[in-house]
Amino acid sequence: MTATAPVVDRPAKKPKREQRFDEGTGRLAAVLLSPTLVVLALVVLFPIISALRESLFQSGQHLDANGFVVQGSTFVGLQNYADIFRGDTGHRFWNAFYNTTFFTVVCVVLETVLGVAMALIMHKAFRGRGIVRASILVPWAIPTIISALLWKWIFQADGVFNAIIGTQVLWSTDGWQAKLSIVIADTWKTAPFIGLLVLAGLQTIPAEVYEAAKVDGASAWKTFTRITLPLVKPALLVAVLFRILDTLRIFDLPFVLVGPHKDSVETLSMLAYDEAFNVRFGPAAAYATVLFLYVAVVAYMFVKILGADVIGEARAKKPGGGGGGKGWRRKNAVKASPGTSVGAVSMGGGV
Amino acid sequence: MAAVAPQPAEAGPLRRWAPLIGVAVIVIYCLAPFYWMLVSAFRRPSDQFSNAPIPAPFSFQNFKDVFSGDNGFGRGLLNSLIVAGSVTILTLIIGMVAAYTLARLDFKFKNVVLAIIITTSMFPGISLVVPLLKLFVNIHWINTYQAMIVPSLSFALPLAVWNLTAFFRQMPRELEQAAMVDGCTPAQAFRKVIIPLAAPGVFTTAIITFIAAWNEFLIALSMTNKKSIQTANVIIAQFTGTTGRDQPFGSQMAAGVVVTIPLVIAVLLFQRRIVAGLTAGGVK
Repeated sequence: MTATAPVVDRPAKKPKREQRFDEGTGRLAAVLLSPTLVVLALVVLFPIISALRESLFQSGQHLDANGFVVQGSTFVGLQNYADIFRGDTGHRFWNAFYNTTFFTVVCVVLETVLGVAMALIMHKAFRGRGIVRASILVPWAIPTIISALLWKWIFQADGVFNAIIGTQVLWSTDGWQAKLSIVIADTWKTAPFIGLLVLAGLQTIPAEVYEAAKVDGASAWKTFTRITLPLVKPALLVAVLFRILDTLRIFDLPFVLVGPHKDSVETLSMLAYDEAFNVRFGPAAAYATVLFLYVAVVAYMFVKILGADVIGEARAKKPGGGGGGKGWRRKNAVKASPGTSVGAVSMGGGV
Repeated sequence: MAAVAPQPAEAGPLRRWAPLIGVAVIVIYCLAPFYWMLVSAFRRPSDQFSNAPIPAPFSFQNFKDVFSGDNGFGRGLLNSLIVAGSVTILTLIIGMVAAYTLARLDFKFKNVVLAIIITTSMFPGISLVVPLLKLFVNIHWINTYQAMIVPSLSFALPLAVWNLTAFFRQMPRELEQAAMVDGCTPAQAFRKVIIPLAAPGVFTTAIITFIAAWNEFLIALSMTNKKSIQTANVIIAQFTGTTGRDQPFGSQMAAGVVVTIPLVIAVLLFQRRIVAGLTAGGVK
């Protein structure tokens, strides 16, 4: 029984009856969880391992060391990975890597700023909440490829965007303007969604906190930076983390809005897709693995750096008894909360 | 310090109206592009490049074109419905058991299991699709429904498990205990007491899962090359114009409206629930 204690949510008040009810739950839980875990092993674990293996092979015809033609897969070791960074493919890879990073940084920063602003406005407004909530869900509900087509239409040479700003920019062709069109379309789709998550976070802040700040004569800006931001931080971090993960694997939007084989918007996902579609599974798997590692490293660093920061801040603010407990709880909140938004946010960008 | 105190008292008209104006800006920001899609869909194909804010002669020609052409859009809608529907049903069946287990049973490594399930949804779609594509080529699954349904579980299942776990946790434990005192087995308690009471949460999860599956593009694009099996999203993206290389935006916008309207209606009807589902646990 002591063995189960650490994972229990509220170990303090556990009635005896319940413990008897839970006897042998380990096996029962394993049985009940196995369908989910088996499915996920099949559709996630297997592909990942298989991609790792695949990335070490090269398929198709080529000549071996003695000049004989070899058919089928050959083991090439880390050749595919080495090829990624070299020569022509190297150029293409670094370009895609740069684009992916560029989109992630620019889009997420813009979306966060806009989303927080939206949340603050919505939090202030008492009327029309239903309308606002419904309308901010519309961009989220529109399939990414439909919104990509929609923006392609808006960004036509003689389209409405050029008509409004009075220019003749060829938006969705190539170059910086193609990049910008992706940023605008992505921000439109997901900034309201960040706003929604932050708004939910804002609503959990008790009104007394603000009243106290008012009594103390804090300015609006001070109230925002010293009260609102820290308290809404767990919700915001989760939203931002999953937007980052989502933008790192961005595919649908540039693929449809601008198109494949465009230097200015080609991302790592598009590169891997292109290789796979040309039946070069080895290099495709290598690209996918590199992207996967990139995503993993970014996610790890994000959680590590900001997670640590959350504790540090809580301690600095409240030295003494309460500090530790609060920091622990907050860190826990950050750790525990990604889940909801996982799927939720990932829906925004499509997988 | 005290002199600055009366600052909040100056609640002028700006303070009162600013939030409302802000709300209006947000609504316009969110809906304007969608409105443009609607307007473009209802123009006559000959007016396609007009930038008038209202379609002058209202026309359903684009919609007729979309459904009458040989682009297989109707079939695509049906395929989307089959794929997204199957993903939703499968996900709910498998996910509900897992979520209930995670919410109710206390066992070792519970948090680890939950973390693993959540983590699986973070993998880039493309790194799952590439090996699965090769596998499906080998077992002749290309151009089948299952080739689109099974990989979609990789993002649908974690999402559903998390949502449902958060939901089951909110329900008092005493419910099943009372049922079991009355002579139900745990399985009966789950079936006869919990499932009916959890219906709203399950329904919310179903909508969110369905929308996610309906919006899926990469998997459907990779696993098919035959029009008769492709989903609506893939078909719309590959619409070709009647005259060579130009893009048939009018019919694409009409098709986009057809694909989006059910989702928008669902969002309007169930916005409260959807918001609750999307933010459950993430904030609390």
